[in-house]
Amino acid sequence: MSVTVLIPTPLQQFTKDKATLECGGGTIAELIESLETNCPGIKARICDEAGKPRRFLNLYVNSEDIRFLNGTETPLQDGDEVSIVPAVAGG
Amino acid sequence: MTLATPTKTNQSNLTCTPLLNLRCKECGAEYEPKATHVCELCFGPLEVTYDYEAIKNRVSRATIQAGPNSIWRYRDFLPVTSAEPIDVGTGMTPLIKSKRLAQRLGLKNLYIKNDAVNMPTLSFKDRVVSVALTRAKELGFTTVSCASTGNLANSTAAIAAHAGLDCCVFIPSDLEAGKVLGTLIYNPTVMAVKGNYDQVNRLCCEVANTHGWGFVNINLRPYYSEGSKTLGFEVAEQLGWKLPDHIVAPLASGSLYTKIYKGFQEFVKVGLVEDKHVKFSGAQAEGCSPIAQAFAEKRDFITPVKPDTIAKSLAIGNPADGIYALELAEKTGGHIASVTDAEIIAAIKLLAETEGIFTETAGGTTIAVLQKLVAEGKIDPEETTVVYITGNGLKTQEAVQGCIGEPFTIEAKLDSFERAYERSQTLDRLEWQPVLV
Repeated sequence: MSVTVLIPTPLQQFTKDKATLECGGGTIAELIESLETNCPGIKARICDEAGKPRRFLNLYVNSEDIRFLNGTETPLQDGDEVSIVPAVAGG
Repeated sequence: MTLATPTKTNQSNLTCTPLLNLRCKECGAEYEPKATHVCELCFGPLEVTYDYEAIKNRVSRATIQAGPNSIWRYRDFLPVTSAEPIDVGTGMTPLIKSKRLAQRLGLKNLYIKNDAVNMPTLSFKDRVVSVALTRAKELGFTTVSCASTGNLANSTAAIAAHAGLDCCVFIPSDLEAGKVLGTLIYNPTVMAVKGNYDQVNRLCCEVANTHGWGFVNINLRPYYSEGSKTLGFEVAEQLGWKLPDHIVAPLASGSLYTKIYKGFQEFVKVGLVEDKHVKFSGAQAEGCSPIAQAFAEKRDFITPVKPDTIAKSLAIGNPADGIYALELAEKTGGHIASVTDAEIIAAIKLLAETEGIFTETAGGTTIAVLQKLVAEGKIDPEETTVVYITGNGLKTQEAVQGCIGEPFTIEAKLDSFERAYERSQTLDRLEWQPVLV
């Protein structure tokens, strides 16, 4: 199973400057672990000390904010697109 | 972490403006003043820092008053280095001492800061865009962009046209006709995205990742947002170099509201005004009130919402500066409240009928919240209160159509006029709208 992950500029230092990655994981939480395996160090940037996504980072599955879905337990399916987007933008 | 160094762009145009670097509002990490908006470590927002001692030595009330009649009279407090920033006459909009609205509400010292007549595109956004596009040019961008609820697209397209920059703007596809037309006329590329503003914003973040454009409210946001401080500076200067007791401003992302505060604080810091406790109150529409909800529930976090309101310019369900707005209201003893769409329309009419100011839905929201706070005893009638009107009603005509009646259609004859006039004196205006006399 593979989902496409859109990586914001500040995290591309962990992805060899790639803006998109193909990655596995049945849920957002599993996807983050899978990202960490492929790109060591990235999890500590995405998540805070408690292991939750940082408050200034938004995650979307197929354009929907995971806070409107099931948070980090939101299930993922083959072909889904996950966006990691810094929250401080717009207005 | 990248250490701060002064910008090296446009050296020939450098003045000694004391722009230093960008600093993360959360963790304090510092960055060069380039096109970047979030901390690489914690994703907190980056803010421009200044050398206030240097500003204090350079700036006085007299030097400001001798400056241009625009936001650039405060250029020492703005994050640009060009000798000639883009000046399209933005700023120095009227601060009006209200008589009739104040009387209606029972307030003695109410002032209206009227950015419905800001130049060139009739909203406060001209302030932030003038700063952002000046900085965009300094950083070498040739294409500029934005995620907009309408006013920002108008302003970015207009000022980009003036500055000779290519422009591509993104808006939700359901915006008011006036806001779409008011962008297209400047001939930018306009992307009308099927979705709400938050979806537009997310898309723009992704585009900003892959295109080397200057997005005024994404990678240029630290500079852009500083432009809103001028709404604080101007009010202080126009009140005779004094701060008000209470301000009421609309809340979309929360940026404007927090930057007005920063503007007041900077004037205090360099000795231009005396320090004073100012209460900050904020206004949202009930159909998109994530900050007001958090305030009412005494939360320290924002839960995003899906907007459903006629106040489209405030329809940000996931506000970037929401938590800072929340903190500011708490810290200053202000209030954040929301009002219904019907209350917004009634308030647009009230402002028009009492002060001769036609504002858009954001202004209606702000006036309706002002009314509400007064009714609840949360604004003292003696307080010097400033209410911020940030946009023009001609852009959101759909919101009031059907609520303001129609003209009498009469024959070009004196008796036709007399009959019509008699009717107009006896009937409620909304009742005589279809009548041909």
